[in-house]
Amino acid sequence: MSDVLVSHDIPAGAAWSVLVRAGRELRLTALGPGANCSTLLFTAGHPVDRLNVPDTLKAQMSATIRPPMVLMSDRGLALCSVTGSSLPWHDALCGHSADARRGLLSELRKHGRDVADIHGCVNFFAKVATSDDAAGTLAYQPNHASADDWVALRTEIDVLAVLSTAPHPLDPRQEAQPVRAEVWAAEPAGPDDPSRTFRVESERALLLSKEVFA
Amino acid sequence: MTAFDPATAALDTVVEAGEGFLGPIPAGGTFRIVDLHGNQAVDTLFYDAADVDNRYSAFDTVREQGAVYLTTGSRLLSTRLDVLATITDDTCGRHDTLGGACAQESNVVRYGTHTRHQNACRETFLRYGAAAGIDARRLGHNINFFMNVPVTAAGGLTFVDGVSAPGKHVQVRAERDLLVLISNCPQVNNPCNGWNPTPVRLLGWWPV
Ligand SMILES: [Zn+2]
Repeated sequence: MSDVLVSHDIPAGAAWSVLVRAGRELRLTALGPGANCSTLLFTAGHPVDRLNVPDTLKAQMSATIRPPMVLMSDRGLALCSVTGSSLPWHDALCGHSADARRGLLSELRKHGRDVADIHGCVNFFAKVATSDDAAGTLAYQPNHASADDWVALRTEIDVLAVLSTAPHPLDPRQEAQPVRAEVWAAEPAGPDDPSRTFRVESERALLLSKEVFA
Repeated sequence: MTAFDPATAALDTVVEAGEGFLGPIPAGGTFRIVDLHGNQAVDTLFYDAADVDNRYSAFDTVREQGAVYLTTGSRLLSTRLDVLATITDDTCGRHDTLGGACAQESNVVRYGTHTRHQNACRETFLRYGAAAGIDARRLGHNINFFMNVPVTAAGGLTFVDGVSAPGKHVQVRAERDLLVLISNCPQVNNPCNGWNPTPVRLLGWWPV
């Protein structure tokens, strides 16, 4: 891995945004126990296209975000591949908190976006499992993340990432923690890349990303 | 005679598979969807009629009710955490709000390039929503009434045959003036509807 291109420590309970070119690695690192990073993703430069959590989950038969899944947009594009993580589970079912919403909106407005652009987020570092009961009851897992837990996303197209470190809305402690966001130059993905070989659906989304910006 | 007699309904219409519907539900009104042939996915969105940016939010709804499936008693929340509607009657048992809508592009991802130009729900939402200013930025993730999308404690998610049957219905009470936007799913590539999309009946009771 080459040098880090950008490194920014997002304070506890704050928000930040970054435009990341295709082929980079966006690496998030928890800087405290119980960290949470509510994350929105957009196709950079496109007025609408953005992360679609339902499509991402149902195409890859998962109720959680984990490597080597790809994060898909409304238009079926692979926005990012989750290339690695110290944690096996990141929540994408619970949405963001009111505090996170304020921070995300503040960042969105800098990019000419507003409330209509808020969509279902990924809560990196948080785990909320469901029970096998009839209602599918949610169970927030306390202390899922420790300091130094990390997740790495390889951008498959140019992406706008909007991040909030407000606590997960179901975290009973509500003690925000800082998160380090770094952008690295990533190795090009080969034909045996785990995100490409994971599922045929993942590979199709990766191929669509190549076609759309041909 | 029941309180909800189709003969006295203010709204009574059939939506064919692959077609959509946009209409108002006044506050206090009751809106029913009847699964005429069983196991049909009725992709449904609710909007605050006074402000379409205050729209149904699947994830806020799931989180605040502490459970992933919708049924009688579920409060359908907006992105601003307002209660848009409450499910007041449900003869099916549970409904999905995590699976989202099919789209031409996501059909390619899930089923292959040959599905690129098939009719899909996202396009139907946009076609019917345009009259109310509901554009792509304002399309949230919908409810799939009558659809069964089990989620496991281990983090798995699957689509299985529906739990509905001919004549089953779900009914909501509007907690404020709403717009309801429906795409009656034309999906022919997954087994939830037996590869056979079918019509549904919409009924509404409110003062006219
Ligand atoms: Zn559909």
